[in-house]
Amino acid sequence: MLIYEKSRKGRGCQLLPKCDVEEYTPDKAHLREEAPKLPQVSEVDISRHYSELSRKAHGVNDGFYPLGSCTMKYNPRVNEKTAALAGFTAIHPLQPEHTVQGCLQVLEEGEKALNEITGMDAFTFQPAAGAHGEFTGLLLIKAYHLANGDTQRTKIIVPDSAHGTNPASAVMAGMSVINVDSDQSGCVDVDKLRQLCESEEGKEIAGLMLTNPNTAGLFDPNILEITDIIHSCGGQVYYDGANLNAIMGIARPGDMGFDCVHLNLHKTFSTPHGGGGPGAGPVGCKEHLAGFLPGKVVRKGEDGALHLVKPEKSLGEMKNFYGNFLVVVKALTYIKTLGAEGIRNASENAVLNANYMMAKLRDKYDIAFDTKICMHEFVMDLSRLLKETGVSAMDIAKGLLDHGIHPPTMYFPLTVHEALMVEPTETESRETLDWAIDVFLSLYEKAYSDPEALHRAPETTPVGRLDEVGAARHPVLRFTEE
Amino acid sequence: MGTYVPDTREEQLELLKEAGLSSMDEMFSMVPDNVRLKEKLNLPDGMSEMEVLKEMEKTASKNTAFRSIFRGAGAYNHYIPSMVESVLSKETLQTAYTPYQAEISQGVLQSIFEYQTGICELTGMDVSNASVYDGATAAGEAVAMCRERKKNKAVVSEAVDPGVIETVRTYCYGNEMELVTVPAKDCRTDMDALKEALDDSTACVLIQHPNYYGNLEDAAKIGEAAHDVKAKFIMSVNPFSLGLIKSPAEYGADVAIGDGQPLGLPLAFGGPYLGFMASTDAMKRKLPGRIVGQTVDGEGKKGYVLTLQAREQHIRREKASSNICSNQALCALAVGVYLSSMGSEGLKQAASLSASKAHYMAGELSGLGFKVISDDFFNEFVTESDKDTAVILEALEEKGILGGLPLDKNRILWCCTEMNSKEDIDEAIEIIKEVC
Amino acid sequence: MEFRTDLSYTKTHEWVLLEGDTATIGITDYAQDALGDIVFINLPEEGDQVEMDTVFADVESVKAVSDIYSPVTGTVCEINEELMDSPEKINESAYDAWFIKVEGVTEHSDFMTAEEYEAFVESEQE
Repeated sequence: MLIYEKSRKGRGCQLLPKCDVEEYTPDKAHLREEAPKLPQVSEVDISRHYSELSRKAHGVNDGFYPLGSCTMKYNPRVNEKTAALAGFTAIHPLQPEHTVQGCLQVLEEGEKALNEITGMDAFTFQPAAGAHGEFTGLLLIKAYHLANGDTQRTKIIVPDSAHGTNPASAVMAGMSVINVDSDQSGCVDVDKLRQLCESEEGKEIAGLMLTNPNTAGLFDPNILEITDIIHSCGGQVYYDGANLNAIMGIARPGDMGFDCVHLNLHKTFSTPHGGGGPGAGPVGCKEHLAGFLPGKVVRKGEDGALHLVKPEKSLGEMKNFYGNFLVVVKALTYIKTLGAEGIRNASENAVLNANYMMAKLRDKYDIAFDTKICMHEFVMDLSRLLKETGVSAMDIAKGLLDHGIHPPTMYFPLTVHEALMVEPTETESRETLDWAIDVFLSLYEKAYSDPEALHRAPETTPVGRLDEVGAARHPVLRFTEE
Repeated sequence: MGTYVPDTREEQLELLKEAGLSSMDEMFSMVPDNVRLKEKLNLPDGMSEMEVLKEMEKTASKNTAFRSIFRGAGAYNHYIPSMVESVLSKETLQTAYTPYQAEISQGVLQSIFEYQTGICELTGMDVSNASVYDGATAAGEAVAMCRERKKNKAVVSEAVDPGVIETVRTYCYGNEMELVTVPAKDCRTDMDALKEALDDSTACVLIQHPNYYGNLEDAAKIGEAAHDVKAKFIMSVNPFSLGLIKSPAEYGADVAIGDGQPLGLPLAFGGPYLGFMASTDAMKRKLPGRIVGQTVDGEGKKGYVLTLQAREQHIRREKASSNICSNQALCALAVGVYLSSMGSEGLKQAASLSASKAHYMAGELSGLGFKVISDDFFNEFVTESDKDTAVILEALEEKGILGGLPLDKNRILWCCTEMNSKEDIDEAIEIIKEVC
Repeated sequence: MEFRTDLSYTKTHEWVLLEGDTATIGITDYAQDALGDIVFINLPEEGDQVEMDTVFADVESVKAVSDIYSPVTGTVCEINEELMDSPEKINESAYDAWFIKVEGVTEHSDFMTAEEYEAFVESEQE
């Protein structure tokens, strides 16, 4: 039941004191006459309501969440503790600089750490999420080309396996998208890329957006050649950091020839997703782009104090203030906890867990591109299963729900039909992986023995499969009293 | 070092072997040698939980948390009910992903549906999305959603928060919409200049209400002027004011946006906050980001799902209405809890308290010889005096008080909320009196 | 699967009823079936120009968007408003659920007869 349906006239919480000055009433032209109909509920009503909602949800701290490309690793508790310190939460964003030295230190230390992890020269924390970071990175590239007088560079190359945000971000940055197909191994088709970049169109290319390892969990072996091809035609190369969890301490985008990157602190750096956000999408870049960074960066002055400095050719503001600051506090806490060794260790185990699961599942499930080794995630192709049993990737996913496992990412990447993309992350133990493997295998058997049962799944959740068609055809998007 | 990998080294090696791999090196064989990092990352060693906590506490202690705050300008020091923090600390809600799997995400989906209802009630609009990053990006998105084939110009009042204007400018730099700003006259949008800026190519008019200087605008008239040239009217509102001040719908807005921070989110050095966006029914398919809708399952049981998804980037890719994916869902949850805790009466009381204190303080400052430039204001106002603003603000700071925001050498933008007691205001006035 | 003999068809699965220089356009029964449950349709406005073989509308299912191509060049003189509120009509009866009417048709793409289109669909399914 909605909290609005629990509303009873006259109920409420007593939260505020009486007015101790003369009461002000706005002019009639502006006075609201009809009050908004907010719930009238007591504190105990509210408390129980949200406890009930919490029981009808599933977080990574509740159980296994192998959602490919989303890096659902355990969210450490100490991160929440540091982010709740009054010394951070009570700070107004427009306080004098000398009163926010601690906040600036967080940004400075965060920037240094991310520079080292990615091989970049500077970072901005202003972008609030991954997609916002992509938009920022593309604007950096745009500003760079415009500053060089390259006004014709308006096309961005995006592989067909890319996240949907990539092409959408490109359009927001005023660029048109050139889709390039993957080759048979699931990686960038280098010959096609070279052909494109060496053609007349090469002069119009602003750059390339790439995730590496890509969305099929494969590290592109030709990465240096790829970034070189783009640079040779005058373009810039953008690293979508969604999959950084595979390579921390192993390889760095900066050393692969990328010019700028965005990271997802809410994936790689363990900050919680909050049911959809807030995340943080800091953007890093090499020196030649640093002057265009948005917002303000933190730099130490000659006085030894930290200052907020506007980069000289800054492209502007991506949002108000300095980004999702408390998320940065959590990520920095995580980086400090792990240290150099721990960070590499996290990536090693993320890749190890993925390879272990893939090895145990591949006898039954087909692995996309038939890869023998994967990075931090792998993609299963259920086309054959669908053909033989009528059980789809969706059915298997729904079957997992009845076992308390959050399903893998479904139907992505678009280059694989009936895709299930599995990313176990490093924070799952062997027992959890073994149990999940058993569940996957049992569902596979069930697809042959009792496919109907999987079409009916899930049966143990608060609701069954919902009518999405009805929801979209005749949208009901808010509560209204009858 | 700290670690969140549960398996021991021995267990890891077993897994490796069972995966058919001879070594970690082999496992990473896909990464070519010429891009492999040869050295250890140049970062400090890891730490125990206790050490990390101590270090972060030390960092936090380098900030000054003021005991009394008279500064707003886009970030407001309001009372946060205990219930908000309590709900936000529920690990399940905190650590869930975007509710793509509706069957096990009803809790998250329902909370968003309730948030959408709350935003619709506050703004009077028909449809709300599930949030965007903040009020400034909401403005950038709102301007973009009003664009039409032959309407490429956004007209923005300079009485809008400068941080918001600059963000809109960036969004327009990206999508190549034309941005025209209209000057403020006496801390209000200049109506004549606004009318001059409007023409057939105008896609939208954006104002803030109450505006950056705290003043209420002649919003209904501005809306009419926008509609006269078939442009959309976007109002960026302080949601807190809506307990007392007319809703955007009542002023004729097509799109209502703003920053939800005043509704239960801490100052937190600027974030995370959230941007809310609501529109008329006619514009609902142009709203960016996630939207939750009500539906039923196979047995007719009521449930909630992400809906109208074909607008979004993961389906429409380069033709999507926006690239937004992650939003500020947990902040939206905070807003939902806040609105339930306050109720209409509570919100009205809080808004009235804030406005009353601001008017009291303005009166006191006026008594000290300050010229109060804002006349018809909510809880923020601008004063002007001969006295150097720096002297006044430093005197307050010394006593642990964060004064208003200096706009220039002589003007200060003040803010009061229900958090400022008469006693606190009187204390600040006394300090100011001493230096003036 | 229905193939009405009084209509002309295109390779991109639109049907056309060309009467003089006025064309009525929709999507075929085969197309609606392939798209699944249609939840929304984006149509041009009256007075808009449409061009042969270019996109003039799109239809949304829950998890996909598909472009619809105009088989003719001309001016939109009427749109089927009813589909905006009841997109399910396209699934129910594709040949009655016309999208737009175009007047002043100056050119059109190569049409197939019902028989040819049926064969074309069969070859595509293989």
